[in-house]
Amino acid sequence: MRSRILPLIATLAVFVILYLIGWQRFPAFGTTRVVGNFLTDKSFLGIAAVGMTFVIIAGGIDLSVGSVIAFTGVFCALAIGQWGMHPLVASGLILLIGAAFGAAMGAVIYYFKIPAFIATLAGMFLARGGSFVLSQDSIPIDHPFVNDISQIFYVFPDRGRFSFVAFIFVVVLVVGIIIAHYTRFGRNIYAMGGNNTAALLLGVPVGRTTIGVYTLSSFLAALAGIVYALYTKSGYPRAAIGVELDAIAAVVIGGTLLTGGVGFVAGTFLGVMIQGIIQTYVNFDGTLNSWWTKIVIGLLLFLFIIIQKVLTSYRGTLTFRLIPGLSRPAAASGTSASPP
Amino acid sequence: MRSHKLFLSALLVLVLAFTSILFVAHAQDSSGAGLTIGFAQTGSESGWRTDFTNAMMSEAEAMGINLLFSDGQQKQENQIAALRSFIAQGVDAIILAPIVETGWDDVLQEAADAEIPVLIIDRGVTADPSLYITRVASDFVYEGRLAGAWLATATADRASCNVVELYGTVGSSPAIDRATGFADAIALFPQIQIIASQSGDFTRSGGKTVMESFLSSMDPSTICAVFAHNDDMLIGAIQAMEEAGITPAVDILTVSVDATNDELQMLIDGKANATVLLSPYMGGPAYQAIIDYLGGAELPPLIMVPSAMYFQDTAAAELANRTGG
Repeated sequence: MRSRILPLIATLAVFVILYLIGWQRFPAFGTTRVVGNFLTDKSFLGIAAVGMTFVIIAGGIDLSVGSVIAFTGVFCALAIGQWGMHPLVASGLILLIGAAFGAAMGAVIYYFKIPAFIATLAGMFLARGGSFVLSQDSIPIDHPFVNDISQIFYVFPDRGRFSFVAFIFVVVLVVGIIIAHYTRFGRNIYAMGGNNTAALLLGVPVGRTTIGVYTLSSFLAALAGIVYALYTKSGYPRAAIGVELDAIAAVVIGGTLLTGGVGFVAGTFLGVMIQGIIQTYVNFDGTLNSWWTKIVIGLLLFLFIIIQKVLTSYRGTLTFRLIPGLSRPAAASGTSASPP
Repeated sequence: MRSHKLFLSALLVLVLAFTSILFVAHAQDSSGAGLTIGFAQTGSESGWRTDFTNAMMSEAEAMGINLLFSDGQQKQENQIAALRSFIAQGVDAIILAPIVETGWDDVLQEAADAEIPVLIIDRGVTADPSLYITRVASDFVYEGRLAGAWLATATADRASCNVVELYGTVGSSPAIDRATGFADAIALFPQIQIIASQSGDFTRSGGKTVMESFLSSMDPSTICAVFAHNDDMLIGAIQAMEEAGITPAVDILTVSVDATNDELQMLIDGKANATVLLSPYMGGPAYQAIIDYLGGAELPPLIMVPSAMYFQDTAAAELANRTGG
């Protein structure tokens, strides 16, 4: 039990330390403006990362996320600007398309026993190619409804903003935590990621859960795409390149095991915020090369992977190898019953 | 209760400290030097972009401006986040070199709400012009005109001059504007005619392929000059000419735009005739515009940065100047 919480505690510690370092150097870190910026600027990454958390807990990976975000943006821009659709209709439609796209990838992964890496790589090319076929250029979104929505924000006393997209992010986060820890679907995902064969023996509907988890991930990627389109008020086929990798980084830094079975949506949130803190610190400094953001995230990833390795091999020697296939899902369901 | 009071008074002190910082920052505005300016660059995707960044930094240093630099890594979201950070930090002004034209409205509005002036540099934005103070950019049309004017002087003693044009990426503003400027200039000289124009997509391989097709589809001796929308395409074309046994810069005159280091080397080697500088030195005019604006001056909506030209005899000095400094 404790060994599973440990990565999350480590993440929390890193988060607090980085934040304090930032605050100590730049007093503006303590303002709600910066906190609001974290939530707003990282909203689309955060939403995609919540989906990625489920995929990784289920023992898979989804590389199509960034491309789906770009496709969604271009689709929305065209649907609203050229096909005359209402933004709500366009959003609803693209969420359905996204979910169907994810379901198709999940089905390919399950029925053809294709590694998730390959299936979603194909999905990544398809969605990215599709967005370039729709448009080569960035298309502005100019619709009174969209303009109204982007004007919805709560202003904190010191002029920080809690924007609409930040609100969506927080809602997705809460719903994600509920799905992970308080639903049968969530428990099935943990069980499946812990040990696929054992999960099957225990009566977990592996096929349905696999398809469901990729459906959820692509649905959230499409939602992230809508948020990105709102954030930039445009659709751009070159947008969000590599966001899937940032999302995976956030998930791993957030304490989710890459091998599956263990992880926390709340940890992913911290992982996303840690990236925001580093980026903001580099921007505030103004003299650091901004690629330091990537270097620090790389170092953190490395650190957390080592922590994971130590923890899993520790667990492995104690229980896993003694009773193969039985201890892990049982342990995993223990996690799912107690939210972080 | 007591701790409540303590907390509140601590908060009050903090607020006072903040406002006094704001006041100090504000008092410095009029002087020019000591300004803190945030600069959101697109990234470092090309040699010219890096030159531009370095020029921005050295010009800021020369003017005593504290420049906060952010490399957007070719991503709009990074640039938007950088702008938000600058706003949160309360910089005196922001300079944005946008990676794309669309999608800046909200964050520019946020800067406007925070009363931080934003200056657009290089490429344009689709956002409402009231959201930024001005745009500083190179004049692509002027670059084309300079190239055309040079060709007119260089061929003044010839009865006719047939030009082939290596067009940039179709639909891109530098290509459109350079073609327009060049056409405007040579329209005054009836002996100069563009006999062929094809896109080489701003790349070396593109320029080489297009030049090869020109050389094989027409008698090379009828081609008097080549005008390339950028140096890279011209360097490709020079290769094609050499492979076809034609001496570039002698048999066929060349003029292009950018003045990259490689092109300057071509000039020094006598393989090219002239190149127009796409000026990376936009920082000076941009900082001056911001200082003027903070001083209460009206700014024109667009400030054009003048271009220079380099020839075979002046390239070496410029190259030495660049690599030495």
